[in-house]
Amino acid sequence: MTTTALTGHFETKQPTVQMPGRRFDWGRLLRYALLLFFLIVVLIPVYVLFVTSFKAVGDADPSRAWMLPQEWTLENWKVALLGSNSGAYGKIFPVLPALGRTLAMVVPAAIISSFLGSMNGFVLARWRFPYANVVFTLILFGMFIPYQAVMVPLYRIVIDLQQSWLHLQPGIQSLALLHIIYGIPITTLIFRNYYQSVPQELMEAARVDGAGMIRTYVSVVLPISVPSFVVVLIWQFTSAWNDFLFASFFGGNAETQAPVTVTLNAIAHGSMMTNYGVSMSAALLASLPTLVIYILLGKYFIGGLMSGSVKG
Amino acid sequence: MTRFKRYVPPILLISPSLILMGIFVYYLIFGSVQLSTTSIHTFPQFTGARPHENVGIGNYLDLLGSEDFRHSLKNLLLYTVLFIVGTMFFGFLWAWLLDRRSKAEGIFRSLYLFPMAVSSVAAGVVWRWLLNANQGQRASGLNRLFQTVGLGFLENGWTTSVDFGIAAIAMPAIWQMSGYVMALFLAGFRGIPNELREAARVDGAKEWQIYRHVLFPQLSPVALSALIILGHMSLKVFDLIVSVTDYRVYTTKAPAVDMANYMNGGDYATAAAIGIILLLVVLVLIVPYLIHTAREDRQ
Repeated sequence: MTTTALTGHFETKQPTVQMPGRRFDWGRLLRYALLLFFLIVVLIPVYVLFVTSFKAVGDADPSRAWMLPQEWTLENWKVALLGSNSGAYGKIFPVLPALGRTLAMVVPAAIISSFLGSMNGFVLARWRFPYANVVFTLILFGMFIPYQAVMVPLYRIVIDLQQSWLHLQPGIQSLALLHIIYGIPITTLIFRNYYQSVPQELMEAARVDGAGMIRTYVSVVLPISVPSFVVVLIWQFTSAWNDFLFASFFGGNAETQAPVTVTLNAIAHGSMMTNYGVSMSAALLASLPTLVIYILLGKYFIGGLMSGSVKG
Repeated sequence: MTRFKRYVPPILLISPSLILMGIFVYYLIFGSVQLSTTSIHTFPQFTGARPHENVGIGNYLDLLGSEDFRHSLKNLLLYTVLFIVGTMFFGFLWAWLLDRRSKAEGIFRSLYLFPMAVSSVAAGVVWRWLLNANQGQRASGLNRLFQTVGLGFLENGWTTSVDFGIAAIAMPAIWQMSGYVMALFLAGFRGIPNELREAARVDGAKEWQIYRHVLFPQLSPVALSALIILGHMSLKVFDLIVSVTDYRVYTTKAPAVDMANYMNGGDYATAAAIGIILLLVVLVLIVPYLIHTAREDRQ
């Protein structure tokens, strides 16, 4: 956690001495067999998601549950994306606008809380003031609390903000605000640890040159912060995207206001009989952005993971 | 006053965050504690339209005395034990299997870890299908798979069992988080200098002896961190339960779900009390660990 370095966890590889094997290495074979077995187990849900999402309604017989579709159809995906009001599928909320709303919530939230975290991290690590450690601990505590412990009075505050002159909208506006606020501890922690690992001389030089705090921050600190920004942005993006706790209380209307987790849950639990084809298409659609990020930027994702795992 | 000039800008820069934390963490926790000691069990009382009174720790006593909430606590305990044992077992096993420079290690690592990038709600959709309680002819999901591969005796009602329904919820949780524990342990293995292994090898130690006497002792801090993190996570289990079963399914209830139900039902005092109970449990878990790491940081 606090003591873990941010990136490059697996990069400290050292060459191992290969033991000269005279006979066939059964241990090695067993190891790969086990690895492959667990890989299959881990991927079973993925198989189910994909296969079911392409199955037609009539293909839902339990005896064919694990088989490939009799006829591959894109109908579920279409219904999940665009929704349905009646007919064969009944009422299904559309995922496409929910994806747009979630993006509009997550991007500003991630960017703003990253900058807040960067500024806090900078002054806590490198432009210190009396009791900076106490302040850091006070901020950090916010990431260990279960959010249930603040939820009820928070509800009152959010209602007040929605009814005040600010006219904060239920759904993505309220949630973006909450993700920014409750993102402060983790972003501060990651940036502080990063700035502490940067040589002090860099900033001292700027200070000797007579640069003030803001100038040092903008011209010296920000340019070297890119790796941390990537880690923090990804972390904030995925955790806000996947959040369901705040979304379930402050998401507003699942069809028109809420982020995609709430819409997805409403689709999956909407009617008496769950339509698994549509639900699984919707689940895949809702997971796509975070999975793409994971595939493209996995290393940074893990960096955030190592430091942010105990967040509320 | 150069000192003054030096310290004012950083304090100004950090004060917005501090004020936000002051309000949204500390003041709200205080607010929860206060709410939890009142008789605010309806919305009109919450808005102040109707009167309420102070009941002290009455709500806590009511909660702990109710069979319903005790069932949630029992569920939470069982879930936590299974979740921690499961993720630690698979996480460690995978890290151990991958430790010895396997070919295609990167692919295994990424695929073992990817369930964590998926939201619990999306995972819940597919696990709801996998944990379908139907058996025999009508079985689908895992029950059907068991039939097909000749493990029919494993068929069961999954989340529908009153005593062990929550154990079924632990399965998707283990599926999601084992890869994370693997990543922690793998980082731990790689942090051990190779010289240690080599030295033991030169001394004639067998491979399992090296693990037993050289590597495992070095991993105990990693294991401790993992335990704390997993315990912290499991206490707040909510998304998975709601998506795999639902808010009001008795068999899979947990405190965080109760809390949502009380809140959505307008019983704000009881909801706040559950929130504070969860906070106290987390504090018991986290504070000793924080003190421990702070001490190590200083050394």
